[in-house]
Parts: sequence; C-alpha cells; structure tokens
Amino acid sequence: MRLRGPRATAVALTLPLLAFIAASFVAPLGTLLSKSAYEPNVANILPRTLAALDGWSGDGPPAEAAFAAIAEELPKARQERTLVRVAGPVNRLKSGMRRVLTRTARQVETTEFAGSWREALIGINPAWEEPDTWLAIQAAGTRFTLRHYLQALDLERRPDGSIGLQPEESRIYMPLLWRTLLVSLGVTLLCLAIGYPIAHLIATSPPKRSNLLLLMVLVPFWTSLLVRTTAWIVLLQRQGVINSLLVALGLTPDSERLEMIYNMTGTFTAMTHVLLPFMVLPLYSVMRSIPPTHMAAAASLGANPVQGFIRVYLPQTLPGIGAGGLLVFILAIGYYITPALVGGRSGQLISNMIAYHVQTSLNWGLAAALSSILLVAVLGLYLIYSRLIGIDRMRLG
Amino acid sequence: MNALLVRRAGHYGFIAFCAAAFIFLVAPILVIVPLSFNAEPYFTFTEGMLRLDPEAYSLRWYQNVIEDEAWSRALINSLVIGSAATLLATALGTLAALGLASPAMPGRALITGILISPMVTPIIIVAVGMFFFYSSIGLGQSYTGLILAHAALGAPFVVITVTATLSGFDPILLRAAASLGAGPLRRFFRVQLPLIAPGVFSGGLFAFATSFDEVVVVLFMGGLEQRTIPRQMWSGIREQISPSILAVAVFLIAFAVLALFTVQWLRGRSAQAR
Repeated sequence: MRLRGPRATAVALTLPLLAFIAASFVAPLGTLLSKSAYEPNVANILPRTLAALDGWSGDGPPAEAAFAAIAEELPKARQERTLVRVAGPVNRLKSGMRRVLTRTARQVETTEFAGSWREALIGINPAWEEPDTWLAIQAAGTRFTLRHYLQALDLERRPDGSIGLQPEESRIYMPLLWRTLLVSLGVTLLCLAIGYPIAHLIATSPPKRSNLLLLMVLVPFWTSLLVRTTAWIVLLQRQGVINSLLVALGLTPDSERLEMIYNMTGTFTAMTHVLLPFMVLPLYSVMRSIPPTHMAAAASLGANPVQGFIRVYLPQTLPGIGAGGLLVFILAIGYYITPALVGGRSGQLISNMIAYHVQTSLNWGLAAALSSILLVAVLGLYLIYSRLIGIDRMRLG
Repeated sequence: MNALLVRRAGHYGFIAFCAAAFIFLVAPILVIVPLSFNAEPYFTFTEGMLRLDPEAYSLRWYQNVIEDEAWSRALINSLVIGSAATLLATALGTLAALGLASPAMPGRALITGILISPMVTPIIIVAVGMFFFYSSIGLGQSYTGLILAHAALGAPFVVITVTATLSGFDPILLRAAASLGAGPLRRFFRVQLPLIAPGVFSGGLFAFATSFDEVVVVLFMGGLEQRTIPRQMWSGIREQISPSILAVAVFLIAFAVLALFTVQWLRGRSAQAR
C-alpha cells in the first residue's frame, strides 16, 4: 500500500487520535486483560521456594530445602511489605493461609535455627505439615494461569486434572451473567414497548407539537445520570414521593410502604428510564422518513389498520428497531452506576461484581477474567451493530 | 359504526399510553425542582408545601451548597478537567473526522470502529483498566490522568458529530479556494472550518457533557484532590443523603437544558450553511 497524496493526508489526519486512543484507552484495557491470565507476584517474591518445590511429588511435606527457602523468603517479603501480594492469592486457593503466612513470617524472624527448618515451621504452625499448604503455594506461583477464567465460568479443576462444573450451590458467576443478560433483554424489550408508540407519535405529529414532544425525550437524555438516579430514589424510596402519596390517599397503610427501590425493581425502573431515549431517537429518525401515504395506500387497498401496520409500517421500521435495540442492549449489559446506587443486594449486575472484586475482595485476576468475558460479549454485539447498521450512521440527539 | 368506535377507542388508548410514557420520562426530573426548595430535610412534599405555604419553602439547601467548600472545589475540578479534556478531544476528533471523510481513506470502517469503541465499552472495564494502567505509569490520582481518560471518552462524540456535519460539506468549495491561490491551511481555516464550526462546537459540547457527568473513572482513578461534581454527588447519594444534592441536581438540570438548546441551535446553523 503506497501512501501518497490524498490518501497520505487522510491517514495523517486520523493518526493523532488513533495514537491517542491506543495509548489512553486500548493500553489500559490490555493491562486489565493481561491480569486475567498473568500473575507474576508470587513467582517473583518466592522464587527459591518454588524452585525447591520443583519435582516434589505432592505426597507428604516437601524436602527440607523448601522449608529453608520459605523460612528465608517470608520474613524478607514481610520487611519489603510485599507479603500481602503472596498472602492474597495463596489464601484464595486455601482459606486460612493468609493468617498462616503472616504469622509464620513474623515468628520465623525471632526463631533460633535449631538444625531443621522443617521442625521449626511445623512448630510455629502445624499447617506446614499438610501437603495442601504447599500445593496452594505452588499453584499460586505459576505465572500464566487459567484459573481465573475457570472460576469466572464456574468451572473447577478436579483432583484427577479434569475440568468440570462446580457444585450447583457454589456457582456464582454464570447465574449472574445470565441475570445480566436477562435484565438487559427485559430492559430492551420494555424500552421498545414504550419507545415505539412515542417515537411514532413524535414522527407523525405536526412540526410544532413534534418539536415539543422531542424535547421531552431530549431533556432526560441530556440530564446527568446521577440526577436521574437521584430522582428515582426521591420518588421510590420508603419515605419517598410515591409511597407518601399512596399513604396519603389511603391506598397503602403506613406500615406497609412498598419496597420499590434498592432491589431489582429499582434497577429495572431506573435503567429503563435512562436508556429509553437511546431507543426513541433511532426509531424516530427511521419513522420520520416513512411517507404517511404508505398507510393510506394500504387502507385504500382494503387493509384494516392492524394489517396495514403489520405488513406495511412495521417492516419499514425494522432498521430503527435493530439500531435502538442493539444500542440499548449493549449499554445495558455493561451498566454499573444505576445498579450500584439503587439496586440494593438483589439488583446487582456483572459490572458491580467486577467492581467488588477490584475494590473489596482485591481479587484482581478474577475481576480481569470477568471483565474480559463481558468485553468479548460487548465487542461481539458492537461488531453486529457496525455490520447491520453502520457506526457512521449513529446519530446523537 | 362499531368499527369506528373500536378505532376511536384504539386511538384514545394510544394517546393515553403515550401520555403516560412522557410522564414517565419527564416527571422524575420535574419532581426534583420543587423538592429542592423544601424547608425540611425530607425527600417528599410536606403538608406545608402542598398548601403552598411560603414558610414551607426555603433556599437553605442552595445556601448550603454555595457555602460548602467541598462543592465549590468540586465545581472547579469539574470545569478544569472538563475543559482540558474537551479541548483535547475536539482538536483530535475534528482532525480524525476530516481524515475519515476523505474518499481516499483506507480501512475506514475498522478505524471508525476503533475510534468510537470508548463509547460502547462498559464503563467499569474502562475505569478499572485505567486505574491499573495510569497508576503503573505514575498518573494515578492526578489531574493529567483524568484529563486523558475523559478526553478518550469524549472523542467519539466529536468524531460522530463532525463526520455528520462534513457529509453536508461541499468539497468543491475547497477546490474553488485552491484555484484562487489559497494554500491547504488557509483553505481549512478560512473556508472549511467556518462552515463546519457548528458541528465542531456541538461535538465539543457533547465531550464536555460526558466529562461533566462522568463518575466511574473518577471514582477509581481520582484521589481526594480530584473530586468532581458527579463524584461529590455519588458520595451524597451513597453516604449522607441530604437535600443539598437536590439543589445541585437542579443546577445540573439547568446545565442540561442549556446544552440541549445550544446543540439544537447549532444544528439549525449548520443546516442553514448547507
């Protein structure tokens, strides 16, 4: 491909933004995704221990060399404040190990060497006698690992090495992913059911009224997401406007105020409200271009309004339904803010789980694996969108 | 006769449904406005408010916000980060849109796809990735990091709006300018830019509004120093919910309406220019 003349100019103009997006956006995504399969911390902090475990059969405690290596490397990690980076991952593979490691690191420093580190460590904590302890350290010490993906897909590696589904009660992430997809689908359908009629009304009203009605869609579209979420809290909470109204009208007793927020209802209502304009606007721009004479022609040929709608009007609006539906669905499966603020416990989606693992459980590998699954889903839908509708035909407001 | 009745009923049913849908869209936003003048620290209408008793209304929450240093600092942070991110996004986005509009551009669909992708990527993934990446290069909890992040999120809007405006631009005008002896820079600044300026401005406004309403990236990347208005509202909603945030909400609604009318006006201008 030779770059000269107008072609070179065009490429040169797009290059600055392309480079900027690559550095400020694609590189961060790459960093995140690499954490889902690459975990060098334990391997970097306990290199000699892991080397000593190399070739160990896994039956019974390992050789003295492994005990000696870890007795040296744990206190060193404690002094360099890197012990947490070991304790976290090992603890995730065998619970209770965080305490074993931190206590051992502290006590080894004050222990006099008496011929055998093996006896000294087992004296500090009997856990060092169990092969499981060492297996956990060994597993956490592999740099490249697929275990976060296994966990994110609710799979486990059985003792015989095969991979299978976890027992039903400990499956967490696949049900959550399904719930996210179902909620997104529900919100998309609800947006379509509400958005289709109003887009039709806007498209067929006389210009002045049409502009006013369009404004009623655009004002929420431009209003801050946090303001809209706050509005729903104000309306729906126990002491909120709707409950107070119902109580004042005597429709519900004061003691039985409705629970409409901090649960799935809250997530559903607020999400539909936020995403509705993204459905209405593409529908409206398609419907505006359908000449009203089509329906009149259908009627003059003997179609009743229902037939005319199904056979003439609806097929022409399909591009709008596709554009709006895909956009709403794409935005819905990555939704974070609204569920976090009004979803309570039962209204959380996959994004909120990712945030939890980053901020609270500090299991970054798992957060990264969940992120890459979500990202693949979204990019797949985005690809479909660009093929079917064309990205350059995306219009704003 | 019967068919006519059914059709009428259907029509009125349709109107009633649409009316309910419009109320669903607008009422939540409208309810906030009177409640922000509540004299009591409640999130619902007091009896006095319903009786339109002037005593039941007050400006105390507005006063609270104005006097609270946290809010004024948040406003300054939002304006600083928003303007810098907007300048960056608008400059780079306009250039890219000019390149993409050229018929000679190779691989247009793929490049457009990459440039627009920040708009559809789930915000939590963006925020977490940026948190890891920017801390690793020493830009965590910094204004620079947030400005770069918000510019990346705002640039797609500029690309889309300017591309749309450029589709109405007649390239013959550039050739006419060239035949009169204008060089490439002069052609751009004297002929093309004035004609596509409305699109550039609305793209910039979209980018600014994106930054002005962005909370998740700030939540993960920003420190105490970089608290913006949405970040301050987030804590207001999560931690100590006080009617002060309703006063801020009214300010943000006013901003939204202003931005909306500006974009509509600019669209009218660019339609005239064609």
